[in-house]
Amino acid sequence: MSSEAVSVPLDSHSSYLDYTGKYKGLRAWIFSTDHKRIGILYLVALLSWFAIGVTLGFLIRLELFTPGKTIVDPQAYNSFFTLHGVIMLFLFVIPGLPAVFGNFFLPIMLGAKDVAFPRLNLLSWYLYMIGSLLVLLSIVLPGGAPDTGWTFYIPYSVRTSTNMIFALTAVFILGFSSILTGLNFLTTIHRMRAPGMGWFKMPLFAWSLYATGWIQILATPIIGITLLLVIFERVFHVGIFDPGLGGDPIMFQHMFWIYSHPAVYIMAVPAMGVISEILPVFAKRTIFGYKFIAFSSLAIAVFGSLVWAHHMFAVGMSDTGEFIFSLLTFLVAIPSAIKVFNWTATLYKGSITLDPPMLYALAAIFLFSIGGLSGIIQGTLSVDIQITDTAFIVGHIHYVVFGITGVGIFAALHYWLPKMIGRMYNHKVAKVAFWIFFVGFNILYFPMFVMGWLGMPRRYYDYLPQYTTYHQISTVGSWIMITGLIIMFYNLIKSVKYGEKVDAKAVWVYGETLEWTVPTPPPHENFDEIPAITDGPYEYKFNDEPILEEEES
Amino acid sequence: MSTQEQAVVHVQRDDLRTRMGMWLFLFTELLLFGGLFFAYSVYRYLYASDFALAGKEMHVIIGAMNTAILLTSSMTMALSITAMERGNKRLSILYQLTTITFGLLFLVNKYIEWSAEISAGNYPGSTELAAKSHGQIIFYGLYYVMTGLHALHVIVGMTIIAVMCAFTIKDVITKDNYVKLEAAGLYWHLVDIIWIFLFPLFYLIN
Repeated sequence: MSSEAVSVPLDSHSSYLDYTGKYKGLRAWIFSTDHKRIGILYLVALLSWFAIGVTLGFLIRLELFTPGKTIVDPQAYNSFFTLHGVIMLFLFVIPGLPAVFGNFFLPIMLGAKDVAFPRLNLLSWYLYMIGSLLVLLSIVLPGGAPDTGWTFYIPYSVRTSTNMIFALTAVFILGFSSILTGLNFLTTIHRMRAPGMGWFKMPLFAWSLYATGWIQILATPIIGITLLLVIFERVFHVGIFDPGLGGDPIMFQHMFWIYSHPAVYIMAVPAMGVISEILPVFAKRTIFGYKFIAFSSLAIAVFGSLVWAHHMFAVGMSDTGEFIFSLLTFLVAIPSAIKVFNWTATLYKGSITLDPPMLYALAAIFLFSIGGLSGIIQGTLSVDIQITDTAFIVGHIHYVVFGITGVGIFAALHYWLPKMIGRMYNHKVAKVAFWIFFVGFNILYFPMFVMGWLGMPRRYYDYLPQYTTYHQISTVGSWIMITGLIIMFYNLIKSVKYGEKVDAKAVWVYGETLEWTVPTPPPHENFDEIPAITDGPYEYKFNDEPILEEEES
Repeated sequence: MSTQEQAVVHVQRDDLRTRMGMWLFLFTELLLFGGLFFAYSVYRYLYASDFALAGKEMHVIIGAMNTAILLTSSMTMALSITAMERGNKRLSILYQLTTITFGLLFLVNKYIEWSAEISAGNYPGSTELAAKSHGQIIFYGLYYVMTGLHALHVIVGMTIIAVMCAFTIKDVITKDNYVKLEAAGLYWHLVDIIWIFLFPLFYLIN
């Protein structure tokens, strides 16, 4: 990047890609406290781990192509699904949107020059990298890759001889990194908004990061201490979780899910923010129900923290406990549905262009609706007993987590990457990739609902012959989806170097939030002058839509 | 807040930002220990009599001494901030060093106490403890984890204050800019508060 910088004077007004500070080359990246460079650092790391996660997922599906052994033995298969879960969740979707796009765009959207604590921000990237490397070490070191599933359930996680300590420590450190990011964003949002930007003039992506920040700092410490206790249990045999010493394994599950359920919203809420950003731009309509979308993020954060035990309906809780958790689970669907209805209303009578970011955003809404509704099915007590620990759950988690967060990340990539690097990818290829991906996704995950309903347990290495057809459809789906992913990333990565140059500030013409008012790619200090905000984020000044019956506000 | 006032925020130092960051961090610390307090309360309920039995063997005197030490150290920490506020650099450094010394004393006591427990065979994995009831095993498990994690925080706190001391000497922390010292103070008070809860839970209820 620095080689291009010869002709440009290197002051704080030049693009952040050219401005290297006092370092050169790689060091100008890994020692930079610029929020934009840190965002790029995260992006590169994240996508690398994503590639590993996809490969593992591909291998899992390949193994399940036929009953019995197809390519690997059971132990390797156990490690595959464990690491697929750990990598995808803790290394990819949980940090995903906040760490990459939050870092890059939150300060710009708020009209600030950086986040509140830039050095802390860099520290959290280092922690993230240490955590990631520990996960990778746990695979290659002698002792064997972790094989407990990503949930690390006691007592097996204490008994197994595999490299659990590495995986547990890794997730602990990653949690710390996540906390620091959340803390940084909360402080930034509270203290660094541009003059005139009241709470209700913030872009909705900022609102979603605000809600996410609270979940990150309130829920993550719990999993930190829980996993620390598992480590102590393994090393010192303290007995807190070990039933052999009087401990209670169910307590581990409670403490695990007290974090890990809200973590679903750490993944999903920022993706909802991305969708709320993209829809108005490509429908050329002011977002419908701004305040409802903003507050529903907070409502999700609150309710989402109170429903953890619906992961444990089969452990033998009291009936009262089960009823309460089931009820709360239904309630959390309300704010999610509010968002979906508001998005739909935004599209109504909009003048919609199906550019690649829009396609991904719409796909995310569609897939999330399927995932969310299947969640309601699972939240129903009587039904859940039947489908606990079946492939139904696997289908659900992929529709929700991959459906909204993974696809949300792809949407954000297509929406913001041209702004970040100043080059545009090929739209036609992006659309082709999208459709292949989308079709593959549904062929891959939908059969899981069916076979799960019929009784196919999850995480099993072998299965009865009656499930063969479903497994084979699903595996074929994985090939199609991965083809789509490869084309998509080929297109994006190619654009970084060879894409058509974009100079316009507003890459998508109708973008009204602050990131579209700064040069492309953004200068080192974001703004020459901190902007004064007078309007809300989506008030279209050149709206060519038909006039609606709405009253003037 | 007027727009002018807000605009100033960007060019000037923002102490409130630092304080807010620290408070948020303290939340996370509280929740970290919260998980352990949660585990404690569940097991106290399940094994009430075993917990009381094991609690009787705790060294109340050492625990009480440590409580006094930490409380006093919180005071000297607060005094060092007030001294800085009034521009008395030397006194502030003196109080900071006193705080570190109290922290050290706390750890020495802790060492003596743990050594006594370990030589009595009351540690996880020992044959003596294995012979005892489940409730007692968990009591000692929690005891070591919670006081151990707390001791780790004492060490971290002492390190932070030592850095603050160096900052004060180098005039990074001054009469007009002592928010770092304040943040360190907040952390130290947290360490103190957690101990105030640990002390009755392990030493007094039996």
